[in-house]
Amino acid sequence: MLPIIFVLPILQLVILSNAATFEIKNIKFSYVDHDKTSFSRALIEKFDASTYFHVIANFPSKKEANAAMAKGEVDVILEIPRYFERDLLKQKNTDISVAINAIDGAAAGVENVYINQIVQDFNKKAKVALLTPTDMVNTPIDIVAIPSFWYNKTLNYKTFMVPGILVLLVTMITLFLSGMNIVREKEIGTLEQMNVTPIKKYQFIIGKLFPFWILGFVLLTVGLTIAKVVFNVPIIGNLGLIYFYTAFYLLVVLGMGLFISNFTDTQQQAMFISWFFVVIFILMSGLFTPIESMPMWAQYVTEFNPVKYFVQVTRMVMLKGAGFNDILPQLTKTIIYAIIMNGLAVWSYQKTT
Amino acid sequence: MKNYNVIEVENLTKKFGDFTAVNSISFEVKKGEIFGFLGANGAGKTTAMKMLIGIAKPTSGKAQVAGFDVFTHPEDIKKNIGYMSQKFALYDDLTVKENITFFGGIYGLSRAKIKEKRCELVEELGLGDIVNELVGSLPLGWKQKISFSIALLHSPTIVFLDEPTGGVDPITRRQFWEMIYKSANNGTTIFVTTHYMDEAEYCDRVSIMVDGKIEALDTPKNLKEKYNADNMNDVFLKLARNSS
Repeated sequence: MLPIIFVLPILQLVILSNAATFEIKNIKFSYVDHDKTSFSRALIEKFDASTYFHVIANFPSKKEANAAMAKGEVDVILEIPRYFERDLLKQKNTDISVAINAIDGAAAGVENVYINQIVQDFNKKAKVALLTPTDMVNTPIDIVAIPSFWYNKTLNYKTFMVPGILVLLVTMITLFLSGMNIVREKEIGTLEQMNVTPIKKYQFIIGKLFPFWILGFVLLTVGLTIAKVVFNVPIIGNLGLIYFYTAFYLLVVLGMGLFISNFTDTQQQAMFISWFFVVIFILMSGLFTPIESMPMWAQYVTEFNPVKYFVQVTRMVMLKGAGFNDILPQLTKTIIYAIIMNGLAVWSYQKTT
Repeated sequence: MKNYNVIEVENLTKKFGDFTAVNSISFEVKKGEIFGFLGANGAGKTTAMKMLIGIAKPTSGKAQVAGFDVFTHPEDIKKNIGYMSQKFALYDDLTVKENITFFGGIYGLSRAKIKEKRCELVEELGLGDIVNELVGSLPLGWKQKISFSIALLHSPTIVFLDEPTGGVDPITRRQFWEMIYKSANNGTTIFVTTHYMDEAEYCDRVSIMVDGKIEALDTPKNLKEKYNADNMNDVFLKLARNSS
């Protein structure tokens, strides 16, 4: 069992960190070119040259293109109207139509942005080509915003995801193992034996917690090493601070596991309840979706999610170099949470029924 | 010395909702006695025993075990009793030696004392190298003998045995009872539940529970005379048949 406890999360960290990407790539691009001029071809070539779009089809009519979209063969249809080049040259103004498969609304939004960027770029170059010297004076100056990205300069999503996924794995494993622990002893009968001994409740709980607490630190260390060595995630802040925070965080998770354990009779029940919490914790942690975008009531619910604080702390410390005072709000809430959870765990463990 | 009571039970009752598992039972057990606690499955033996060892709270009645009240001082009782359940309850993934150290530690024995006890135990049971093997890999007979010895590790006043010989062969059962006799001779009180009526004959006194009540309590000899039976099996059948 011990090797499994370490090998599985390492595999998950390596695989998931590569898979959990928000970048939209390999968009299946198709077009209907009614114009067939050098201008229309130049526009299509621009899409072809982009790394995001993969030109897979050229349809003779919109009807066939729509059929392909319905079958899911293409994501985007660009329709270039007849007289595209002529209108551009004469009126300096024309429309093109773009159809995007928007089943995944977020992806469609991103695709729309990419398409607009390419079309604008094409526009600018076309403008320059069409300009006459007299126009030069009247052309308004384009205002270009130059973004500067802080804390994750290259917009590498792995830098963002790896600390989060690491947190998740540490949480899942310690919660599941501690959740099943006392229940297992109930099943095999050793718990009854323990209840007949004069052992004190707190001694028993500490004895149960401590090994998993250490295990949590080992997992964190392995995960951080992989983050640094495999994914080259920057660790700007003080690692000691992450460990200090983790010491309290693990108490929350372990207390929760023991609490669940006390209320269940079989490992299956304990597993079922642990999963219930883990899924909510993951999806409401701000790991995959920003908490700010959730409805107000859901944002209040996330206040009770310990994973949220751990994700925030690791990202803050690793990527922004946050110090002790910066993580103080998260740390305080976590400590309060730990006291409550372990209080409940000790209280709910009854030697006498 | 031998004549004072280590267990005194008066009208002890346990109800689960409307169901009365143990219905106002009363009895005493003397120091050094081997007390057989018999009854059919579901008669309330285990529930009664759980109240005496302080892991179930009685609904009403009075009970003192090793001089402590089961209502107010269950943790003090636990210091003075040993318990061996029908479910084998040593840690399978620890060696015999580790189990001894672990349970010795829980009962607050010093390291030196634990070592001394362990050496005694190895010699008495003829454990030899087995002491370093995982408990899970041992045959059931061995497990039960070790389990009993560990229940005696802290020299308790009373040892509670819940169907200790379930599933073992007659030879091992015989050996097991020799161990029981030996510790009873040393002054340890034995409180034992069993399904084997031949084992009931080994007890000093026997109580038979039917439907939550104690229907008979006497020496095996007197019980056989009273119910006009050849052996304890017949006594048991006569009593249990009257139950609903």
